[in-house]
Amino acid sequence: MNSPTPQFVPSRLGIYEPIHQIGIWGENFKSNGNPNTSTSVIVEVDNKLENESETTSHEMLTASNNYEQEASKPIDKIQRRLAQNREAARKSRLRKKAYVQQLENSRLKLIQLEQELQRARQQGLYMGGVLEGSHIGFSGTVNSGIAAFEMEYGRWVDVQHRQICELRTALNAHISDIELRILVESGIGHYFELFRMKSTVAKADVFYVISGVWKTSAERFFSWIGGFRPSELLKLDPLTEQQILEVCNLKQSCQQAEDALSQGMEKLQETVSSTVAGGPVDEVSYIPQVATAMEKLEALVSFVNQADHLRQETLQQMSRILTTRQAARGLLALGEYFHRLRALSTLWATRPPEPSLP
Amino acid sequence: MYCEGDSWGCYLPMSLRSMGSDPMERVVKLASESAVVIFSVSSCCMCHAAKRLFCGMGVNPTVYELDQDPRGKEMEMALTTLLGNSQTVPIVFIGGKLIGAMDRVMASHINGSLVPLLKEAGALWL
Repeated sequence: MNSPTPQFVPSRLGIYEPIHQIGIWGENFKSNGNPNTSTSVIVEVDNKLENESETTSHEMLTASNNYEQEASKPIDKIQRRLAQNREAARKSRLRKKAYVQQLENSRLKLIQLEQELQRARQQGLYMGGVLEGSHIGFSGTVNSGIAAFEMEYGRWVDVQHRQICELRTALNAHISDIELRILVESGIGHYFELFRMKSTVAKADVFYVISGVWKTSAERFFSWIGGFRPSELLKLDPLTEQQILEVCNLKQSCQQAEDALSQGMEKLQETVSSTVAGGPVDEVSYIPQVATAMEKLEALVSFVNQADHLRQETLQQMSRILTTRQAARGLLALGEYFHRLRALSTLWATRPPEPSLP
Repeated sequence: MYCEGDSWGCYLPMSLRSMGSDPMERVVKLASESAVVIFSVSSCCMCHAAKRLFCGMGVNPTVYELDQDPRGKEMEMALTTLLGNSQTVPIVFIGGKLIGAMDRVMASHINGSLVPLLKEAGALWL
């Protein structure tokens, strides 16, 4: 079949398309005189203009078939039947055209609804990342990826809380360094687990990760490329001079790395923005621009991964610089900090309404 | 000194241009000609981040935009095979030695090994 079927036929331009297609339809038909193909080809064409010429040749072939089978029937009955067939075929084509147009409108509406839903979500309908009923829209895999992540993250936060309590008890109880080291290692490993989880869900929906909708509102306030700033880790008081120097260097490297990634993100924003805005605005079709922008957005996944990688490396370097006890205290401080941010979010969400002005 | 972009070609006399040589050789040759070399793609934002990282440290990297080089595709493939298929631009060489993609560059900066390498290559002074 070589009749071109456009993916998207805007109704405003619809009036131009059929003429183009009629020409091709006509050529198609003339070149292959097979009656069977004409009825099975998808037609998005208003055939009113060329109806007669196409269907007469069609009818002549069908008529010859019919004639062979039922030679005894009177001619006028045949003519009547043929006229009815013509009419039925024309009506069917018109119905099909209307149906296809409806489908395309619905498709556009669906895309719009999905976008609105995404926006509503990001405005805090999912308070504290609690899983709420069904995730409407998107593909099944994206849904399940996000649903799985939210469940796992809920568990992650619980384990985190438990670990923090253990660390606090351990530090106050003055346990041995070896035992403390185990706690420190599992604490750091727990963060690495979070980065792994984020990497998986980022492949499913990178905007989900970057919007921070899975975190509480106060945490989101400090969000940098889908998580905390690596330099947040460096708010500790080291002891020795050597450590001061090392932490200072780490702070500087961390800052430079963050700045570089931030600038890369800015460039990405500019690129996507100019791609989406590109092309003539007075044309209805924006598909090429949007499609190109889609490709560029893929880079967002690598930025999210790189940011998490930076968090991971910074954590690891800190654990190298610090003693076990210092690292334990540092992890406790970090965990406690996020715990308090989460509490702040809950408090803020449930604060009494402002008294109305007189 | 060489400047960014595809103007590097005009600074080399014809005899030194590696015409028709193996793309890997060309990569290695280009990598050893400057202290800091970044193989990049002009539309890649991660490459932009890499360039900003070095500039932010006061280093002036030599950048080869593979999409603007007629033999860039071959060189990109050679680099990918060198690093393993998961690695992609930006790819950084310091003092002629391969550092790797953005992952490795970031990791070595955080663990403190990047700055000594840069000083050794003469790209950074105290």
